[in-house]
Amino acid sequence: MSASVLFDAPGPRGRRRMAISNALGAVVVLGILAWVLVVLSGKGQLAAGLWRTAVDPRAWQYYYLPGLQNTLRAAAFATVGAVVFGILFGMGRLSHLRAIRWVSSLLVEFLRAVPVLLMMVFLNILFGVTLRGVVADSAFTAVVVALILYNGSVIAELVRSGVGSLPRGQAEAGVSLGLTRGQTLRSIQLPQALIAMLPAVVSQLVVVLKDSALGQLIGYKELLRSAQILASGGGNPLQALFVAAILFILLNVVLSWVARRLARRLSSRTSGKTATGSGIGPGIAVPRTAPGVTAGG
Amino acid sequence: MAGFFDVLASYDVLGAFWVNVQLTVWGALLALVLGTVLAVMRISPLLSLQWAGAAYVNIVRNTPLTVIMTFLVLAVWTQLSVTLSRDFTTNFFLFAVLGLGAYHAAFVCEAIRSGVNTVPVGQAEAARAIGLPFLSAARIIVLPQAFRGAIAPLGNTLIALLKNSTVAAAASVSTETSSVMKTMIEIRPDYLWEIFFTFAIGFVILIIPIGLATTWLSNRLAVRR
Repeated sequence: MSASVLFDAPGPRGRRRMAISNALGAVVVLGILAWVLVVLSGKGQLAAGLWRTAVDPRAWQYYYLPGLQNTLRAAAFATVGAVVFGILFGMGRLSHLRAIRWVSSLLVEFLRAVPVLLMMVFLNILFGVTLRGVVADSAFTAVVVALILYNGSVIAELVRSGVGSLPRGQAEAGVSLGLTRGQTLRSIQLPQALIAMLPAVVSQLVVVLKDSALGQLIGYKELLRSAQILASGGGNPLQALFVAAILFILLNVVLSWVARRLARRLSSRTSGKTATGSGIGPGIAVPRTAPGVTAGG
Repeated sequence: MAGFFDVLASYDVLGAFWVNVQLTVWGALLALVLGTVLAVMRISPLLSLQWAGAAYVNIVRNTPLTVIMTFLVLAVWTQLSVTLSRDFTTNFFLFAVLGLGAYHAAFVCEAIRSGVNTVPVGQAEAARAIGLPFLSAARIIVLPQAFRGAIAPLGNTLIALLKNSTVAAAASVSTETSSVMKTMIEIRPDYLWEIFFTFAIGFVILIIPIGLATTWLSNRLAVRR
């Protein structure tokens, strides 16, 4: 429903009133911003020196860019791993063997309910203490594995619902061609489900990127942690965090845009609906009732 | 196993979960109020309010919660010396609630907007036909139906909020689950698996009823059309 259904197309008087209210609304919004700036300058936070150290080329060279690189590295590994995990366990949940189906369902539902941060804290100690020497960089590995486990289980649901949202005729056609049910799944249903879920996987990347910032709490030097370290040297947390937040926002806005473009482009390529989800950060990523995503388990 | 129970008994595990539950309840209330206001702004006829609402949602949704929490403590508390409570611990608790509420308000707003989408156009037209101005139409006709249609996504947001309450660790709330679990497994790594599964299963137990309740409620309250 477009928002405009809620109100009439305004007449001349309405338009005048709306113009006035708009101006008022703009004044209020700008007023809040101005008030924030006044308070900030009152606290001396607008001092050029604080901002200069926050956007200094050396700050970029030694803090933001390495931090960004670590964030992207963790996100890249985690995304690839999560897709593989998701396809494996998504197929597991569709298996005709009851045991495989149950084990996959149990694991997926469990991993979706446990906070990512708890997994990271646990894995960090597991890799750092118990498996010391086997795993080189415990914080990095903990961040990546925790992100794979959580986002992989979300993607497993996407696979399952993607296959579920295909028309029944697809499977029937496969079986009538003489394929087994497993072959039908692999060569007819899964490819379509994968294309349909591609936009959702891209928007899941937003969640992966945001969740990688949890690595800060276990000492992984991603973007947020680098900004914090920079701030503790420069005494300018407000400014350094501001820069880090802008970087995160830009990155994620671009990803969301790519996801929307992909969804529009691919919507005609499959029999199922292409799934779009909005990431919510360490939590449920795709609403269970989103188009193409049936109510999960 | 007896040794593990001694470890368990020497920490206030239930108390830690209680802190997360409290964070969730207050955070959810704040998010609901703020999110509803944002949703009304986004569907309002005023362009300036639409833009402000959209800007808030897009900025907050794309910022990691960890950044928001760290920002509140490091920048707002340390630098701007804004204090929410005289009590040191309560102060951090309130900052965490503020962060959780502000972050999830963006998702509540989108959930309510998705609920508004379930309201048939005719309802809004009927509201206009009997002469209701925008705010009355939204308050009396559209929002009550939108809430009923938005229960499932709101439930998902609540579940996410409960899990995200562990991020209060970034706002120096040291009594909540992830901080307590961190202390426990750092001191007793020999009981690593037992401790982790205790906390993990605690969350499973908390989350399953929410999921079941929202599914049941959304079926029960759905407006039959």
